[in-house]
Amino acid sequence: MPYDYKPFPYAAPPGLKHPEPRHKVVIVGAGPIGLAMALDLAGQGVASVLLDDNNVVSVGSRAICWSKRSLEILDRIGVGEQAVDMGVTWKVGRTYHRDEEVYSFDLLPEDGHKMPAFINLQQYHIEEMLVRRALEEPLVDLRFKNRVTAVDQAGDHVHVSIETPDGPYALTADYMIACDGAKSPIRSMMDLDFEGELFEERFLIADIEMTAEFPAERWFWFEPTFHPGQSALLHKQPDNIYRIDLQLGWDTDPDEERKPEKVIPRIRKVVGHDDFRLDWVSIYSFQCRRLARFVHGRVIFAGDSAHVVSPFGARGGNGGLQDVDALGWRLAAVVEGRAAPAILDDYDRERVHGADENILNSSRTTRFMTPADGAERRFRDAVLSLAGKTGFARAFVNGGRLSQPCVYPLPGAPDHPDLPEVSRPGAVAPDAPLGNGWLTEALGGRPVLLALGCAAPQIDGLDVVAPELTETLARRYLGAARQALYLVRPDQVVAARWVEADAGAIAAALGAIWGARA
Amino acid sequence: MTLKTDLNIADPDALYAALLAAHKGLSAEGSAALNAELILLLMNHVGDVGVIRAALDLARQGKV
Repeated sequence: MPYDYKPFPYAAPPGLKHPEPRHKVVIVGAGPIGLAMALDLAGQGVASVLLDDNNVVSVGSRAICWSKRSLEILDRIGVGEQAVDMGVTWKVGRTYHRDEEVYSFDLLPEDGHKMPAFINLQQYHIEEMLVRRALEEPLVDLRFKNRVTAVDQAGDHVHVSIETPDGPYALTADYMIACDGAKSPIRSMMDLDFEGELFEERFLIADIEMTAEFPAERWFWFEPTFHPGQSALLHKQPDNIYRIDLQLGWDTDPDEERKPEKVIPRIRKVVGHDDFRLDWVSIYSFQCRRLARFVHGRVIFAGDSAHVVSPFGARGGNGGLQDVDALGWRLAAVVEGRAAPAILDDYDRERVHGADENILNSSRTTRFMTPADGAERRFRDAVLSLAGKTGFARAFVNGGRLSQPCVYPLPGAPDHPDLPEVSRPGAVAPDAPLGNGWLTEALGGRPVLLALGCAAPQIDGLDVVAPELTETLARRYLGAARQALYLVRPDQVVAARWVEADAGAIAAALGAIWGARA
Repeated sequence: MTLKTDLNIADPDALYAALLAAHKGLSAEGSAALNAELILLLMNHVGDVGVIRAALDLARQGKV
């Protein structure tokens, strides 16, 4: 079934008639990142105005692979289970050279997690779920067909000029979050440029509708016989839609390659028959670049407006949702006066680190996939050749290193050597079954002290979660220790952990979350 | 471990001959491909990142 693109209703904003009261937060761009941002702030009790220049979800599947971490974030804002129900769950990726499998990975080899390793779900479905959720959320003021034309920062606020079908108006806000995508108009208005690398390679991307029995796995080919000398990627999506990415080479003419008479024969070679319908086609080239800083006074960048990567690692949409995760609780604390604006520097530092990790991985994949002539190509071909005859070379085959939540460097965070690496400070607290529910459901939104195998000291402003010890909890949180205390941030990241701690040490670590410097 | 730069092979002349023999009859392209595979195989066998990086640095000296 092809997707039915229905427009969302436009309503004349109040600012057209009389000046609006100053808003806390204005968000530009109602894509997945802007929508998730507004809903995450609403979860923190903070109202926002969400502006979008359009009134329909994004066309074509675009971001399709949603990681376990993204699903946990989406779960916190109320659409995670719906996304999993609708999406195609997968965890195995297979990489082929010519027609031989050379490498495979299993992204979630153990159970005991609420969310699967990955689902495939078209961006338009995710956006529609988030829009429906936003429209029923009183703290999100979602305004379609509201195009930002100018941004001015003045002292303690941002002044935003907006064009609507009924004419222009303006509003002011404490902060603006620009979630307006890779070609971010806000970034242009502020004369900010990306830094980094462009790759001279073109890919054709297509959604096709067909009834087929492909397994729910990610399939990647180097130099397949159906597409000689190039690479190809196949993903299964819901509604009998399949996503195919085909490398074209830099010398091809994008306008020519996009024509159905060129696209259909290529797809016929991939799937081996004619029984499919072309749903959407696009051509893209790579960039792996970011802004030098994501926080510019009272304008904050999140998602593709802040950083772009090549798509072979599912690090665009998933990276953007991790921006939301790192920003929401901090900005909420700032606009409510619970923390100083300096806490936003922590967002900048952590997400620049995350973006660099995504850019590094994506650049390496791209370099492997599209090697320059000379040594790069020789070694790439040598790896592929060796992968057929030796085990070690398979690990060198790089058809994409899939998005994992990054572990933030938290220098000086309390830690203990007996405790397991998986739950170290800076890492997302690993999930585990908890009674009839899950640990991730009990964490997040506010700081939590997780007490395992011991009593928790009482601290003001700190909820305690003290579940009965299970084998899974012990494995993921205790390791060689008998007991432990974990301080978990509102974004479910481990801030500090101890085998034993007094109230003073925990209170100091809690203060550090909110920007207090020791 | 540090990179060994003193002789570490019992019969260098024989091994050198074996290296040339492996390339015998190959095109320039084939030889280059053999070298690339050989480097990857030996790199994996050595396994010590410090040693490999030292070898990369030493080999790179004086190249343009």
